[in-house]
Amino acid sequence: MPKIIFNTHDNKTHTIDVQNGLTVMEGAVQNDIPGIDADCGGGMACATCHVYVDENWMQKLPQKDDGEEDMLDMAFEPKKNSRLSCQIIVSDELDGLVVNIPSKQS
Amino acid sequence: MNKTDALIIGAGPTGLFTAHQLKLIGLDCEIVDNLDKIGGQCIELYPDKPIYDIPAVPECTGEELTNNLINQIKPFNIKTHLGERVDEVKKDGDNWFVKTNLGKTFLTPNVIIAGGVGSFEPRKFSPKECEKFENKSIFYSVKDKTIFEGKTVSIFGGGDSALDWAVELSKSCKVNLIHRRDDFRGAQATVDKVHELAKSGKINLFTKYQLTNVSGKDNLESIEIKHDNKDIKTIKTDFALGFFGLIMQLGPIADWGLNIDKKTVAVDTEKFETNQKGIYAVGDICSYPGKLKLILSGFHEGALAARACFKLARPNEKYRFEFTTSSKTIKDRLGVKSD
Repeated sequence: MPKIIFNTHDNKTHTIDVQNGLTVMEGAVQNDIPGIDADCGGGMACATCHVYVDENWMQKLPQKDDGEEDMLDMAFEPKKNSRLSCQIIVSDELDGLVVNIPSKQS
Repeated sequence: MNKTDALIIGAGPTGLFTAHQLKLIGLDCEIVDNLDKIGGQCIELYPDKPIYDIPAVPECTGEELTNNLINQIKPFNIKTHLGERVDEVKKDGDNWFVKTNLGKTFLTPNVIIAGGVGSFEPRKFSPKECEKFENKSIFYSVKDKTIFEGKTVSIFGGGDSALDWAVELSKSCKVNLIHRRDDFRGAQATVDKVHELAKSGKINLFTKYQLTNVSGKDNLESIEIKHDNKDIKTIKTDFALGFFGLIMQLGPIADWGLNIDKKTVAVDTEKFETNQKGIYAVGDICSYPGKLKLILSGFHEGALAARACFKLARPNEKYRFEFTTSSKTIKDRLGVKSD
């Protein structure tokens, strides 16, 4: 199973196994990773599963669609490497993906 | 003071169906919601998105579901207080005293929290210093546009609210429009209008910039914005407006003495009552072993909480279970003819 690495704002690292086909958000919620609220449950409607993707991984992820970019306008302190973790689907290619969780979601 | 058998906080699907259940068994109720419209998350977050797991409804959108629920409770004429947030819930003898942010008060033996993930509040600017200017020179909605006349207003955001206000206020004030990227997500006609106004110098457009700091004594005097390429600009401004949509916050519910964990309220599964007698929680906001955050679960929870309300609202009567298909009393309440 691919491993996903979450760095939380308090400098802790959580490495979890996430099944292929689940989203990074679902992996975080199922494993109680702090700082991913996911209020809307993956509907791309709330921007509270916002993460900063590690620079080395940015190119390896599928492009954002317009809806995701629109929601990121609402996110707390969006940056160039901002993504909504509910839109990143885990696959073998993403084994070892590193994402950083913002200090807060709102 | 409004007296009622049960007060429902939240006009989402669960709150609406709970109201239906209360009225069906002969109790009266009123609903309060912080949003200015009925429907909760279904209307605010996904009015156009299809839902596939409402029993007996193969597919419907958030808006359709809301409209159907509104139709279902129409015979009951339920009083709904929109645009008001319940701030206070206090014990008053055998009743609960409830007060909204607009000062409306209720006395009721039963309070049912159907608050979803909390109340919708505007998303705010991230620099901490913004708080001290809030409601003086920093706003997240416009109530009275005349206060901006002849002043400099810096508007942040890329959606319809930000663009509409930029266009509107450019008629009477100096407008800076600041957005984190080049693309705007508002209606194309408004986006075109903004670009046109920017060309003619009526709007100062700053794209790929975000707010990093604010300063001023009592009122805002200037803001600092930072470009993607780290370039920093300081702009003199009298007001800053942020339009970043809404976010759900638990809000005052946290102060009512309830058992809260991870933004949810612990309840039993018989009455959906919290640790406070006469306060219930139903829908997404409640938690118990096996809880599913589904609309259908909210309907079940509301139906049971409504029966529990009967005991406290009618202590001297006995609740009698009846089917809508056969009960004359229920048909009378619904205003339909009995066979």
